[in-house]
Amino acid sequence: MVGRLQTWVRGQIEGLGAYALLCVETAVSLVSRRWEAAVLLQQIQFIGVKSQSVVLITGAFTGMVLCAQTFFQFHKVKMDTATLAVVSVSMGSELGPVLTGLMVAGRVGAAMAAELGSMRVTEQIDALRTLATHPVDYLLAPRLLATVLALPLLTAEAVTFGIGAGYGVGVGLLGIDPAYAWYNMLRYTDVEDMIIGLLKSVVFGAVVATVGCYKGMTCGEGAEGVGRATTEAVVTASITILISNFFLTLFLNRLIYGN
Amino acid sequence: MIEVRQLEKAFGPQRVLDGVSFAIESGETVAVIGRSGCGKSVLLKHVIGLMRPDRGEVWVDGVDLAPLSERRLLEVRRKFAMVFQSAALFDSLTVAENVAFGLRRQPGLTAAEVGRRVGEALELVALQGTEAKKPAELSGGMRKRVGIARAIIYHPQVVLYDEPTAGLDPIVSGSINRLIETVGTHLHATSVVVTHDMRSLERTASRVLFLENGRIHASGTPASLWASEEPLVRQFLHGMAEAGEGGA
Repeated sequence: MVGRLQTWVRGQIEGLGAYALLCVETAVSLVSRRWEAAVLLQQIQFIGVKSQSVVLITGAFTGMVLCAQTFFQFHKVKMDTATLAVVSVSMGSELGPVLTGLMVAGRVGAAMAAELGSMRVTEQIDALRTLATHPVDYLLAPRLLATVLALPLLTAEAVTFGIGAGYGVGVGLLGIDPAYAWYNMLRYTDVEDMIIGLLKSVVFGAVVATVGCYKGMTCGEGAEGVGRATTEAVVTASITILISNFFLTLFLNRLIYGN
Repeated sequence: MIEVRQLEKAFGPQRVLDGVSFAIESGETVAVIGRSGCGKSVLLKHVIGLMRPDRGEVWVDGVDLAPLSERRLLEVRRKFAMVFQSAALFDSLTVAENVAFGLRRQPGLTAAEVGRRVGEALELVALQGTEAKKPAELSGGMRKRVGIARAIIYHPQVVLYDEPTAGLDPIVSGSINRLIETVGTHLHATSVVVTHDMRSLERTASRVLFLENGRIHASGTPASLWASEEPLVRQFLHGMAEAGEGGA
């Protein structure tokens, strides 16, 4: 029992070390500009453009339900007009980046793990290396850069649609006074809230890409190995996003607001 | 040109290579034979630096590969090309993009020059007109031939073939064997062929290494191995000839 625990702990530490080394190597490749612009554009198209429908639906319906639920509680204490202020701050600094990160982890992180995993088990990654091409330069660096560029834009879209849809529900359906709703929203929403959200999305983008690529590059043999890597990529990236969100909230609030 | 010294490799408790040593001179065509799972492909991957040995050395043109970083290995690999058993074509790219892959990374080549050489390479493997197809649209034999075109397009000094005729019918196997011969004679390339194909062995190899229990059990010209009285060699060669194996 103790022996198995030791083996498990050693495996986890070794995995963490290998992940860290891969991240460093990818960062060096990015800075050294060894990646190809054509692959970067393909990845931006796949990660950024093709994720929009998923992210916009998530953002819009989250804003709508948040507005409705907040209104139902605030209405009891006659604070109806503060509803949209809560929606905009929550969407901008927390729900927008986290839910976008989770949706992209499910769609893009899984795809990265599956694609790289399939390439690994069919020896395509070995073939790259025999053609004097480093897999980190050709596969990982463009994916990381594309995700880090695309996720803040997707988050901004999700936040905008969330607030817009929340406004529509609040004013159009629940009868909140539009002038006061707008006034309170602008009064209590700081630019810093949005900056915090966008900074978080950059970190979440890096998490999704590096975890997805790492799981793909280290997957086991056969279809089972690829399947397991795909599942692990989504689960690991999602949990990492949720845990890191808490620490990022504390850190960024202290950094920006001095709280 | 290539020298392997006391190469050892184990996967967990299973010792695959146990002190393999041999040397290959420039321009030679050497076949590596042995039972399935005896470590032939593992040996090939050590020669090109895709795997790191547990012990021993692999020297290429006076450079020991073992201590080199992956980036330094990429430079050494420019001398090599490898044809994989599964062809290992890039799924997301077309045939032309696959074949041009290694060439596109060579500085100073125009797109027109790359296109011309892709056309020549595909003509050599008799696959003209397939440029726009994806690997999934090709048969097994066609994929192997695209793999050979991708390997030879940048005129490597050494070409490694991992079971190039495995799983192919005798007619396609014959055409692949002729292609290996052509590559050797036209490009003056050193070739290392891992094979189970006896016809391939006789036709293409100037020397044969017989791998057994992680070591080179016997070596010599194809004719000398056929004439060998050594029981294991006789059993292997004659057993396979009787079974009429064309691959696998």
